[in-house]
Amino acid sequence: MEIALAVLIGMFFTVSIYLLLSRAIIRMLLGIAILGNGVNLLIFTAGRLTKEIPPIIPMGQDGLIEPFANPLPQALILTAIVIGFALFTFLLVLGYRAYQELDADDTDTMRLAEPERAPRPPLSY
Amino acid sequence: MNTVIFRTIAPILVAIMVVFSVFILLRGHNEPGGGFIGGLIAASAIAIYGIAAGVEEVRKALKFDPIAIAGFGVFIAGLAGLLSYFYQVPFLTGLWAYLDIGPSKVALSTPLLFDIGVYFAVLGTIAAIALALEEDEEGK
Amino acid sequence: MAADKTNIVESSELPVAMIDVATSFADWLIILPTVIALMGAALLIMLRFNKAIQAGLAILIVVGIIILEVRLFLNVMEFGTQSMTMGKWLPPFGISFTVDVISIGFALAGAIVTLAVLIYAQADISSREVKYGFHSLVLLLLAGVTGAFMTGDLFNLYVWFEVMLIASFGLIIMGGRKIQLDGAIKYGFLNFLATTFFLISLGLIYGLFGTLNMADISQVSAQAPIGPLTAIGALLLLAFGMKGAAFPVNAWLPASYHTPHPAVSALFGGLLTKVGAYALLRSLLLIMPSARDFLDPVITFLAIATLILAPLGALAQTNLRRAIGFLLIGGVGSVLVGLGVPTIRGVAGASIYIFHSMLTISALYLMAGLIERIMGTQDTRKMGGLYSASSWLSILFLVLVFAVAGLPPFLGFWPKLLLIEASLSQGDVWLVVALVLNSLLTTIAGTRLWAHIFWRSGPVGENSEQENKKLKPLTLREKYLCVTPTTILVLFIVFFGLKPAMIFDAGRMAAYGLLDNSEYIEVTGLADPTKEKVE
Repeated sequence: MEIALAVLIGMFFTVSIYLLLSRAIIRMLLGIAILGNGVNLLIFTAGRLTKEIPPIIPMGQDGLIEPFANPLPQALILTAIVIGFALFTFLLVLGYRAYQELDADDTDTMRLAEPERAPRPPLSY
Repeated sequence: MNTVIFRTIAPILVAIMVVFSVFILLRGHNEPGGGFIGGLIAASAIAIYGIAAGVEEVRKALKFDPIAIAGFGVFIAGLAGLLSYFYQVPFLTGLWAYLDIGPSKVALSTPLLFDIGVYFAVLGTIAAIALALEEDEEGK
Repeated sequence: MAADKTNIVESSELPVAMIDVATSFADWLIILPTVIALMGAALLIMLRFNKAIQAGLAILIVVGIIILEVRLFLNVMEFGTQSMTMGKWLPPFGISFTVDVISIGFALAGAIVTLAVLIYAQADISSREVKYGFHSLVLLLLAGVTGAFMTGDLFNLYVWFEVMLIASFGLIIMGGRKIQLDGAIKYGFLNFLATTFFLISLGLIYGLFGTLNMADISQVSAQAPIGPLTAIGALLLLAFGMKGAAFPVNAWLPASYHTPHPAVSALFGGLLTKVGAYALLRSLLLIMPSARDFLDPVITFLAIATLILAPLGALAQTNLRRAIGFLLIGGVGSVLVGLGVPTIRGVAGASIYIFHSMLTISALYLMAGLIERIMGTQDTRKMGGLYSASSWLSILFLVLVFAVAGLPPFLGFWPKLLLIEASLSQGDVWLVVALVLNSLLTTIAGTRLWAHIFWRSGPVGENSEQENKKLKPLTLREKYLCVTPTTILVLFIVFFGLKPAMIFDAGRMAAYGLLDNSEYIEVTGLADPTKEKVE
């Protein structure tokens, strides 16, 4: 199972890196989203896969009965999903605003902050 | 979206969702639920009301700015952690107090206070985003 | 393997996982700066339509944080590293905040920079931007930075990185000019990517060690298989290098740092990249030194490349704030040198350099804001003649240029000296050459900026004998609110340059704390694994 998931994570990463290498912002956004999912899957796999019962203490017991699923990776992933979602939303809105205002989805044409024909370096001292 | 049926149903739906979100919030400590999911439900209620009645109406009904509600949530959550100072235990330690009300015993705790903070933080943030997006739609 | 610890189950022995010792006020000092900053941000966003009290309240909160941090700094200098684990859980389970000299030193410098920027911003920020939540975002940024410096848990570090990132997103687009959107896109994408790389390495660390507590990992990382460990180390180097804008992943910084308000630039320049540099030192020196040893040639190469290429970039720039951005990147190279020669001197040099760079770069950006205000442009070709208008500013700028280049008698000289000594003792001649060359190139770039802005009489091509009449003199309000904080930062740089004994002490203690993990582990409460862990 780990091997299958590792292959899947590899595919996620491949697709996301391919998309991130694009110049179009919307593709980069999709790449970021897929990369985030791949990373979450990676954390999940790294926490060891168990198909056992959920880690909830049964009624009348003091502690967990083994075997049980590892709850920590799930907590980490939940946090990462929430944060990743927030940042992704921000980037999405930012990309949309940039598309409206700069009329550019191609990073090559976004040259306001770094002018395309940069002025020659000052030669005098 | 602006049909008579939807506009008539929306207030009732919103009321039920908000009450349900509080229920989800309160059952959160030992059972599935909690501030995060409760806040999401409440925020979707607000979003639905925004679609039905218009953003202006929602802002009036909310009284407070959604972002301010989110700030209030973070503040409450921080306060829940600071309370443990008075008991000489580390930050964010769970403190419990039991209230006897008639036949039932009500458990009050700092985790509950923290969860209420999370509820407001999520509610405020998501509502702010939803309302901003709806406003954008309306503007067109 | 160590990962078996994920299966720890202390059923029927739950009380074992709790701390029994009473927590005193001194312990609370560890968490208070972060919590106060966070709650202050929340309070200010609640009151954001009440414009009158925003600035006063924000400054009050930051002053309170500085007082608490000075107290904590003195405590740490006297009694050593301090730790507090949240929620009364025992360390590997609860999230620890562990504060050693390097944490509190940087946090203190960060708070001082924030205070200076807040005062400066009063003349720089419009009332619309106050309503937008400027003060709240600044405090949120400070909370993220302070938390990142003080936390003893890697996942918690990730969370603070994201807090910082969200606050900085809000700040960088504040004002909403088109150029800011452009800068924000580049800043946003690359920084988000960097934190995602960090998250990948976190997943691998958790898979390898079964824990994310820094002290806990530090204890067992020496026994871990070197292959996966080096992979993790390389990922961390990439992620934090990107955050810290080291060569070759520095492109986002000169593309974005000149677009927002000068006050925001100063805050970013003083705080954000420094957290990346700090995380590099913390993770590769304290947590996994064996990975660092393996990556040593890479780090040395990156250090040399960053040191030499960054000031060359500054030389080629005609945009003042972009030139400063390149000088900032050069500083990251000095930190990498310290990472490359992990002796007491080297690490002390890197730590002091970060401290120095926080103060100097912020002051330079504030200075750039003042210059832009008078000149009405960022383009150095259109500047000139400021010396006759304001000789005080020209003195401040020259001091800052000397400090950033590492010339005596200013603060920047001492860390460079330590780094050169350390590199010599390790026989890394190329590092010495790069450090000296960096100083030389930075001096050339900086003094040329000074000559162009202050010394020559007018812009390029104009009759240089005439006085520059296009200057817009500062109002009295601007003089008080903008020049004063810049001057105070410069005074710090001069003071610590002339009396470096205290800085040396703190730097040496910081280096000991990073190179010898025994105190860090002991204070966190993980000293005896057989007793504390699986029973």
